[in-house]
Amino acid sequence: MTLEHSIETSRPRFFTPGVWVVVAVAMIGAAALLARFVFGLGRVTNLDNGYPWGIWIAIDVACGVALAAGGFTTAFVAHLTNREEFHPLVRPALLTAMIGYTFVALGVMTDLGRFWAMWHVMLPWMWQGNSVLFEVAICVMTYVTVLYIEFLPIVCERFIGRVRLPGVLRVLNAPVDRLLRLLDAALGRVMTVFIILGVVLSCMHQSSLGTLMVISGAKLHPLWQTPMLPLFFLLSAFAVGFAMVIFESLLASKSLGIEPETDLLARLARFIPVLLGIYTIAKAIDLLNRGAFVHLFDGSRANMLFIFEFSLGVVAPFIILMVDRWRHSARGLFTAASLVIAGVVMNRLDVFLLAYTPAIEIRPYFPTPAEFAVTAGFIAMIVLIYRFIVLNFPVIERLEEVRA
Amino acid sequence: MFAFPANIPSRSAREALSRRDFVKISGVCAAGLATAGAARASEKRALDPDRRGVLVDLTVCVGCRRCEWACNNANDLPNGDLSDCDDQSIFKSRRRPTSVHLTVVNRMAGSDGSKPIFVKTQCMHCEHPACVSACLVGAMRKTADGPVIYDASRCIGCRYCMVACPYQFAAYEYENALTPQVKKCQLCQSRTSRGELPACVAMCPVEALTYGRRDELLKLAHERIDCNPDRYVNHVYGEHEGGGTSWLYLADRPFTELGFPALGPDSPAELTETIQHGIFKGFAAPVMLFGLLGAIGKLSHASTAHTHAEHTEKVTP
Ligand code: SF4
Ligand code: SF4
Ligand code: SF4
Repeated sequence: MTLEHSIETSRPRFFTPGVWVVVAVAMIGAAALLARFVFGLGRVTNLDNGYPWGIWIAIDVACGVALAAGGFTTAFVAHLTNREEFHPLVRPALLTAMIGYTFVALGVMTDLGRFWAMWHVMLPWMWQGNSVLFEVAICVMTYVTVLYIEFLPIVCERFIGRVRLPGVLRVLNAPVDRLLRLLDAALGRVMTVFIILGVVLSCMHQSSLGTLMVISGAKLHPLWQTPMLPLFFLLSAFAVGFAMVIFESLLASKSLGIEPETDLLARLARFIPVLLGIYTIAKAIDLLNRGAFVHLFDGSRANMLFIFEFSLGVVAPFIILMVDRWRHSARGLFTAASLVIAGVVMNRLDVFLLAYTPAIEIRPYFPTPAEFAVTAGFIAMIVLIYRFIVLNFPVIERLEEVRA
Repeated sequence: MFAFPANIPSRSAREALSRRDFVKISGVCAAGLATAGAARASEKRALDPDRRGVLVDLTVCVGCRRCEWACNNANDLPNGDLSDCDDQSIFKSRRRPTSVHLTVVNRMAGSDGSKPIFVKTQCMHCEHPACVSACLVGAMRKTADGPVIYDASRCIGCRYCMVACPYQFAAYEYENALTPQVKKCQLCQSRTSRGELPACVAMCPVEALTYGRRDELLKLAHERIDCNPDRYVNHVYGEHEGGGTSWLYLADRPFTELGFPALGPDSPAELTETIQHGIFKGFAAPVMLFGLLGAIGKLSHASTAHTHAEHTEKVTP
């Protein structure tokens, strides 16, 4: 009786009052999404010829890709440098990346004027090798596939020995089980290749996402516009990858009512100040080199944005993580991780939107409620799917221990 | 209880990269090389020496806006009466080409109160266009004889070409929900291929526009400057801007005062393509990264092989 009770309370339910709020946000988003496809971009968004890209690209795509970087950074640290202790963090990060990239693709599709022609990107005779966007698109598509493959062993693990098909399909239980075991064994043999491929593809498109805006030339403010954008994007992707893993892990512990892995996360967090340091040095060299540092003191809007982005996302977390005591506390870790995430989000927003000035501004861009609704709805759906998978698949180790 | 051997479930796989893996890797690389090669083959930009262009002499333009009318007429865009062109109130605001006006004429007052001058604008048909370099499916194409042509049947509507265009001369049909197109001047390719003049050039009553070989237009432009040094600034806009353009401009005052962006002699596409092909040349960097990661994996797995064995025994009874 008591045992059953404890299982009852320790296995979290899918729906809580908070989750219902998220469901509501997702529903509103779905409605706005429907409106976009029925009425078109012009009626639903505030995009114009001066601002061809709005928050769907800046947030859903640019921030989405950056924040899903945890997948490849943890895969690298845990598998390739083979740090056993980090293995519990791999699956949650992989899951985030998988769902995150799926929604990046959906975000792109929402933004495409001719979304039904999206598959042109897959036709070799349409390819245009000079296009940075082409490289990003191909890498992202391949990487999503790799992520799904990397996730398959988790699906196998969930169902092996537990295939229970309903009704007459029951006869298939044994064959399906055997198939799963075969698949699992086969995947086990080739998984290393996919893991390395995932890291390579990530490095490629995370950096190219920065190269994307180089062609916009003078339209992007000189504090950000530099041929080194790919390097900055790559470095910040590394940093935010670790930050996301920490952030999520702490959040998951809280919402699922399990003990946070503070020590483990503190060890992972050590990478962040190193990356932020390299980023700062590279950024300083770049600003000096191009003479763009004069804009650091001109009091313009871009100047303020830059100071905000940099102190929030680089300086503050750097200080917090350099203090041992703070780094070893759940609160310090959570604060620092949140700051890095906020900083990278600001950076992507600046590069894709806020520091972008059209050659001739027809009118300033501010997203419509529908644009916000779609973006918020996508985030809500990500949260719901993440929660569902975490509660039903062996993703979070400690949760499994609780369950077992 | 779950063993959580992470994503490499079997021990054989943990023995990191075997020779077999490297065979696979080289397969991937070969595919990559093939792709890169194909991409480079398509890069070659061969422009005809006799490619066409248009010279706009802004000192001649009277701002009658007949070219706007002719353009809409030739491109089947909504159009008013020819007499509507005489409406001067339209000059109060500065306009840009839109999806229904591929060319617009603005009246620009000089900064020092000098007499206004009229400026016709449309896609410049760059020699090395950013929009063409940006488009991932090749929907924008620079033809060898000059025009930069848009092919809606390839376009996916990402609008990256618009982000790339330094002049903001590409416009989008945002109101169209299903088949929106990028709209810009096509240099009347359908007319010129029949041997006719571009509609706007044919319409211009004062011959402010001259259609012809770009090299000859450049010569003509410099002749005009040389013969009338008081009439013109010594600058043919489009000769070098952003790598050069098919549309060339003459004016009586600095072009920056007329809303023309001050662009360097290199196309914005040049830098991006250099970065892109520098990083991905022959796929060398990604392949090297792949190899490096494989090596890191192999080394670190070897050094911890012992710990591994223990671990595996512990978790899988
Ligand atoms: S060349 Fe043709 S399409 Fe271009 S502005 Fe003139 S009339 Fe319009
Ligand atoms: S002016 Fe803009 S749209 Fe026209 S060819 Fe140049 S980059 Fe392309
Ligand atoms: S909107 Fe069309 S033409 Fe422009 S870059 Fe995208 S696919 Fe190419």
